[in-house]
Amino acid sequence: MTGLTDLGIAAIRDGVRSGDFSAREVAQAFSAAVEKGRALNAFTVETPDHALAAADAADAARAAGALKPLSGVPLGIKDLFATRDVRTTAGSRILEGFEPPYESTVSGNLFAAGAGMLGKLNMDEFAMGSSNETSAWGPVLSPWRRSDGGNAPLTPGGSSGGSASAVAARLAPGVTGTDTGGSIRQPAAFVGITGIKPTYGRCSRWGMVAFASSLDQAGPMARDVRDCAILLEAMAGFDPKDSTSLDLPVPRWEASLSADVRGKRIGIPREYRIDGVPAEIDEVWEKGIALMRDAGAEIVDVSLPHTRYALPTYYIIAPAEASSNLARYDGVRYGLRRAPPNGNLTDMYEATRAAGFGAEVKRRIMIGTYVLSAGFYDAYFNRAQKVRALIARDFERAWETCDLLLTPTAPSAAFALGEKSNDPIAMYLNDVFAVPASLAGLPAISVPAGLNAEGLPLGLQLVGRALDEQSVLDAGLALEERAGFAARPEAWW
Amino acid sequence: MQRSMNASARLIMSVDEATVRHIARLARIAVSDAEVAALAPELNNILGWVEQLQEVDVEGVEPMTAVIPNRLRLREDAVTDGGIRDAVLANAPAAEHGFFAVPKVIE
Repeated sequence: MTGLTDLGIAAIRDGVRSGDFSAREVAQAFSAAVEKGRALNAFTVETPDHALAAADAADAARAAGALKPLSGVPLGIKDLFATRDVRTTAGSRILEGFEPPYESTVSGNLFAAGAGMLGKLNMDEFAMGSSNETSAWGPVLSPWRRSDGGNAPLTPGGSSGGSASAVAARLAPGVTGTDTGGSIRQPAAFVGITGIKPTYGRCSRWGMVAFASSLDQAGPMARDVRDCAILLEAMAGFDPKDSTSLDLPVPRWEASLSADVRGKRIGIPREYRIDGVPAEIDEVWEKGIALMRDAGAEIVDVSLPHTRYALPTYYIIAPAEASSNLARYDGVRYGLRRAPPNGNLTDMYEATRAAGFGAEVKRRIMIGTYVLSAGFYDAYFNRAQKVRALIARDFERAWETCDLLLTPTAPSAAFALGEKSNDPIAMYLNDVFAVPASLAGLPAISVPAGLNAEGLPLGLQLVGRALDEQSVLDAGLALEERAGFAARPEAWW
Repeated sequence: MQRSMNASARLIMSVDEATVRHIARLARIAVSDAEVAALAPELNNILGWVEQLQEVDVEGVEPMTAVIPNRLRLREDAVTDGGIRDAVLANAPAAEHGFFAVPKVIE
């Protein structure tokens, strides 16, 4: 049944419902693909039994006429989500062996909707990275290769790199990702799939390993816009256990999905045309503008004057929050412990954290500690929070003349492993187009829009008003239909 | 304005190895001499790059505290959880007699 792994979320759900195949067959086909795809290093834990149990429950539910929204759908879960009794490490050695006695709200919501779990997905350590190279469990490989005949292993992007690779390689029909400053959208763009970060507060952060709490937001990654809408509906919802969870009903995004964008005003922010970005990025952007115009949208020029300050703002706020959040890894309650002989408590903390954190995480904790330290708080952190307010205000002003923004998702196609890992700032620049929407908490989607000259996918981003995921999904669908992206990597794994 | 000029002037001072050791101590991360030597230029590079925020006019701008306006909720002051000591201790690297165990803290 090789055909089953070619199906997306909607097709699996509908096929199980109509009896074209059983949920058990679907779970078996994807679990076999996960096993066969180990060379990609996309999964850190495989849980075929979890997927099978959910599938059997789905088949029984069908017989009883009690199917749920995701009955029969097996998913990959990013290892940032705590999963009950299943190893959860967030890509870090400091959480080695951690088996949460509880379930994150988002994964719990998906399971309650009938989905099963194929396994936990590899990621950059604590989601700090844009290439998956900071994972303690080794980098994930992209299923894509350049068409130049070279076999240079490419990054699937990060931090949701395992998530991206698994969907692109058809190891899972859909997955969870998380996005702090582009970690859903950039990897989605790098591997030619779709991913949406909803408005901050739509998805509960409870049970999600914390990186930067004012930015962290879960979202789905899947093969197309409809599948993302289905998954997001199941993931989202008010959760009293998360103080920033939005107490709002979850819209019926899938049922309302419409590719009709006639009359929508799509803003093209002029500050997103930056020096040093390859021509292919401008070309795919122009193509997207033409497609949206063709779909009946009105294209308007807009200005977001503080765009260039978004990345440096992010690289103060995110490390500051991370330095605080990651203080919990002390070798006392869970995870790794290193206690030097005859050492005191502080020696144990310092040895544990030195052994457990990787280089990028240490770098960010140190930056965060520095910008929050006495004498520097005002000049760095407080100033960054003020600039963040200005960045959010830029968007508010843009919404006076447009309904959505269309931009490239990332400033390049996927790069080779090792190409940027020695230059932190070059790596940070990957998220130059993604970070502003994160800082403002806005919903944003990446949709595959074409291939570059080397045969690698390029994505376009649509950003919408707070809580207006519907317009983002609708415009994403319009773009998807017109771009007609159908390329897929040839299986070599 | 005067204040931000002063802050700016002070920020340009680079992070030296003593500062790196101080930050590492605050962050409770043991660092070797080699790591300190490597971290100093790395941190300077990143701090130098974020320095560009000093040129933004933030006069009269309130620092952002919530991206989406959202009032903090209050809940009833009642016990909602508990009685799960074994689950709480299940992942502890060292637990004894129902407690987390740590190196001796009182001489």
